[in-house]
Amino acid sequence: MKANTKKPFEYSRKWSLRLVFLTTMVFLYAPIIVLVVFSFNNSRRGGNVIWKGFTTKYYGKAFANEELMLAFANSMTIAVTSTIISVFLGAMTAIFLWRFRFPFKPLAEGLVSLPIIIPEICMGVSLAMFFSSLDLWTSGDTPWPFNLSNIILAHITFSFPFAAMVIRTRLQNFNREMEEAAKDLGASEYRVFRDILLPHMRPGLIAAALLTFTLSLDDFVITFFTSGPNTVTFPVKIYSMVRFSITPEINAASTILIVLTLLLTFAALRYQRITDISNDG
Amino acid sequence: MSLENYRQQPAVFAAFAAPTLIWLLLFFIAPLGIIWLYSFGENVSLVDIETTWTLDNYARIFQPEVLVLLWRSLWIAGISTLVCLVIAYPVALVIATAHPDKKPWLLLLIMLPFWTNLLIRTYALLNILGTRGRLNDVLGWLWETTNTLLTKFGLGEFQLIGESFTPLKFLGTPGGVIFGIVYVSLPFAILPIYSSLERLDKSYLEASLDLGAGQWRTFYHVLLPLTAAGVVTAGIITFIPALGQFLTPDLLGRGQVDMIANVIERQFKRANDWPFGSALSLFLLYITFVLLAVRSFYDARKAHRS
Repeated sequence: MKANTKKPFEYSRKWSLRLVFLTTMVFLYAPIIVLVVFSFNNSRRGGNVIWKGFTTKYYGKAFANEELMLAFANSMTIAVTSTIISVFLGAMTAIFLWRFRFPFKPLAEGLVSLPIIIPEICMGVSLAMFFSSLDLWTSGDTPWPFNLSNIILAHITFSFPFAAMVIRTRLQNFNREMEEAAKDLGASEYRVFRDILLPHMRPGLIAAALLTFTLSLDDFVITFFTSGPNTVTFPVKIYSMVRFSITPEINAASTILIVLTLLLTFAALRYQRITDISNDG
Repeated sequence: MSLENYRQQPAVFAAFAAPTLIWLLLFFIAPLGIIWLYSFGENVSLVDIETTWTLDNYARIFQPEVLVLLWRSLWIAGISTLVCLVIAYPVALVIATAHPDKKPWLLLLIMLPFWTNLLIRTYALLNILGTRGRLNDVLGWLWETTNTLLTKFGLGEFQLIGESFTPLKFLGTPGGVIFGIVYVSLPFAILPIYSSLERLDKSYLEASLDLGAGQWRTFYHVLLPLTAAGVVTAGIITFIPALGQFLTPDLLGRGQVDMIANVIERQFKRANDWPFGSALSLFLLYITFVLLAVRSFYDARKAHRS
């Protein structure tokens, strides 16, 4: 055992712990970096084994793949629609849980957080059975984008509790005296909401929107169960491509989605100062 | 801040609460209710199910082949969780004790892969875990280096690490699936441990070291007990999704290492045995509830003590 020359809480200065941290980072990032690098590999089959020179042709192929692009358009439509509704619903949830005292409140809070906790597969299966038993499946000839409504309903259900959580955190530091002052000066309930509460909630609403958008874009399992043959999303399409055969085109398609996620993350950081991340923990 | 009683403004309360509650009732509770009914049902035709209140679907869970599957899911999820915790603790410790300016960036580094699509992360592993994949390249290189070093020290002829490097088989083995689950769930384990370390009163550590305990003793007798709640939370929120993992065993297990979710999927997509699939999904849900109850019991006991 070494002599204690360092302060006890300076674990981050110990080389052994730094090595563990560094190795973990390599573990987390290396597979993704390899995936991106091999999307430029000029090799038709088994494209992820041997490097055969640089090419961007698989990006061309991915963009020319009509089914893949339709899946992308589907994913974006679903993400935009479910984000708008989720943030709206999440804001309502956050406000009523934050503002009121009412009987069975712990039960309501538990119910709202349940979709976050339960295994994805249970939710996917139950929604699929729900749509089929009530004959709510969109049929093959429903016009786009209405054929996506099953998936959109499913996405709202699993993502609005996340939105509610983010917005409620923001509401916790709202100063109720501002509201009382406005009311004393004659503002109506509606004006207090519009001119005081809503502006205060804004950063929370934006953070919630970016989170739910990412959640919707990322989801595979629940979408897999609630999508039909004509309503394939980007991840579901990539999944069927992976099952068929592994080609650099999949790497290219994946890279496009990774870049999109990165852009969204940095957009989120612009609205939420980076220091908020460690304070939320 | 005092909360308003809902009776003071019942209309406002109803306007805000109703959409949420109706939505959850319609698209969350009702679907679960339907599979609950199905789980007591029988197939009367290809797509029609009649709820006959039979317990056969639950009895089938206790058949040997399903028990084998449940046991495999439990130990794979359990080992993955343990590996996650062992890696997560030192990583969380580094972040929690880093310079305050660096902390958010280190956290962002952990979260960034987590925000990347789960399917894509699993696919990325599929690419490197093959017998000719990049991970075996790295392992082969490590073998070569070690062998060269051993030869330099005159130990070459003993062949301490084997005669030659044989690539490891990850795909289609439990090892590969565990690797995959650890990869996708590591951030789940790091964040709760990090936040319990953040809340820790660091003077306890100073006291322990001042009183002559070594770094390891301090870790086992002071640091670890004080952050136990965070470790339990991390364990449970890693274990629950790990147990229900579909993609990792599906893509990395290649049908050889099925877990609960793969069998559930098969009941709905191919075998067309909805009642059994429903019973199995609910069984997974009940395991989740038991785990959550264990956690609240643990929290309550801790609150009672202090």
